[in-house]
Amino acid sequence: MKVVRVHGDRIVGGVAEGEALVTRERISGWGGIDPRTGTVIETRHELCGQSFKDRVLVFPGAKGSSGWSAMFHMARLTGTAPKAMIFTLMNTKMALGAVVTHVPTMTRLDQDPFEVIETGDWVRVDADNGVLEVYKGGRPD
Amino acid sequence: MQLTDDEKKLLDGESGRAMQAAMDLLVRYGEALGAERLIETNNVCGANVMAARQVRLLKKADHDAAFSEWSLDSSDVLDIPPVQAHSCQLIGPMDIENWELQGITPEDRATVMASEDYSAKHGIHLMSTCTPYQVGNVPIKGEHCAWMESSAVVYINSVLGARTNTEGRESTGAAMLTRRIPYWGFHLDENRFGTHLVEVEHEVSSVMDWGLLGYYIGEVIEDGIPVIKGINEIPNLVKLKHFGAAASSSGGVELYHVPGITAEARTVAEAFGGNHPVATVRFGERERRATYEHLNSTARDRDVDLVMIGCPHATIEQIREVCRLLDGRRVHANSDLWVFTPRAIREVAERSGYAKILRDARARLMSDTCPAIGQFLPPDTRVVATDSAKQVHYLPAIMKVQGLFGSTVDCIEAAVTGTWNGGLA
Repeated sequence: MKVVRVHGDRIVGGVAEGEALVTRERISGWGGIDPRTGTVIETRHELCGQSFKDRVLVFPGAKGSSGWSAMFHMARLTGTAPKAMIFTLMNTKMALGAVVTHVPTMTRLDQDPFEVIETGDWVRVDADNGVLEVYKGGRPD
Repeated sequence: MQLTDDEKKLLDGESGRAMQAAMDLLVRYGEALGAERLIETNNVCGANVMAARQVRLLKKADHDAAFSEWSLDSSDVLDIPPVQAHSCQLIGPMDIENWELQGITPEDRATVMASEDYSAKHGIHLMSTCTPYQVGNVPIKGEHCAWMESSAVVYINSVLGARTNTEGRESTGAAMLTRRIPYWGFHLDENRFGTHLVEVEHEVSSVMDWGLLGYYIGEVIEDGIPVIKGINEIPNLVKLKHFGAAASSSGGVELYHVPGITAEARTVAEAFGGNHPVATVRFGERERRATYEHLNSTARDRDVDLVMIGCPHATIEQIREVCRLLDGRRVHANSDLWVFTPRAIREVAERSGYAKILRDARARLMSDTCPAIGQFLPPDTRVVATDSAKQVHYLPAIMKVQGLFGSTVDCIEAAVTGTWNGGLA
């Protein structure tokens, strides 16, 4: 199995692993996700109808309403939050949202995550040490 | 992050556990951003009035627990002291007069009212609107603020020249207690210059035009800072309220400059501060029409169940305009007309006779919330028409309805006839 190692900066510490859910489109929090199910609901979003619950969400970052953090905060309390988050575009919604979701989060990676991670890959995020490992094609045996 | 001695004391818990939790959240958030330090703020707008389901979700369903968890990101139930900063409640979950119309039970109403009382007792002013800038909180140029509500953020940054990032519930909760917020982004001079030049080649005059322009700009430049050229008519509060709300919904515009009109740029050159635009965007007839069609793309039917006016919350002038357009006619039996405004302006509308005109027309004048925030519509609503690009952006996703967007005139005609005949002139 091919394994790709990527280095980056810790935004929220911790270690977690899971199946990747990848999108090149930014995500709205309030009005963009349903925190009861962890599902993207923005009608024109390429992930519309898909859930990030228990997955490693790889996306450019946060857009839209200032309720972004509140929605991901609620996703954490209802048990639908992602296992970890990887993003590329920093803003206040993204930073605060990551902090209150309490899952390992990384950014400023030394490789383009949209080139090396595909939906379905298994990703281990070690935010404490700033390393993520991408197991191409799915969970290692 | 560099903390002052006073900030370190707060973080060490010398002023109690709630202040400690607030400072801890601000440090975690500031470090995530890469901020070097915090800055003092004495103007905070947040959202601490909780819906009943938010209170019920917590193990200990009381209001200290709700503030601790939702507003400070602390699972410990903390004894919350009065806020230190000038603090305002934004739009919330419930209209305190028309809650039954929202389908809220008396028990859930009591929970929200208790949450309001809790906020008030802690010194948070119950403006209860997405537009605090029209009911007494008008920041001055250069004032460091900590506001959430994207449409208000873009308004005070751009029109007034105040300085705020788009904050969230937790960061504003912490700022209310500590009078601090990360010194990052729009608090710094160098981050306030334009990034994109927008050349407007089609007349932009009406509220609808400004909404279309804003929505288009947000879609194209996402969270860049547009500098808008080619505006030949000085707009007003209502037009810029709709423009900013649209641009912050379709993209993430938090600051724009209209040279000669908004606070920080007299000329295009001043707006860019010596930088070159990263791109130039044109808005002509083709872009305008495409944006209009895009905003109407969820609509298949023409029978309108609800017309919604007041996103962001309507001004007294907009309420008067609705009354004038109704012209003595009643809302169609198969439709509803809901107009949303701050509670302070509802009082003015009552005293001015507009509320009675609306009642007589079978319309509702509502406050404190909106269908998207409160997640409510009249029973069996399938089609909603609105003059707000922001509301039509969100409602189809949140409430699974068809959305129609058009001018205020087209919306009121739809309310009276029950049928959409709107279009782009």
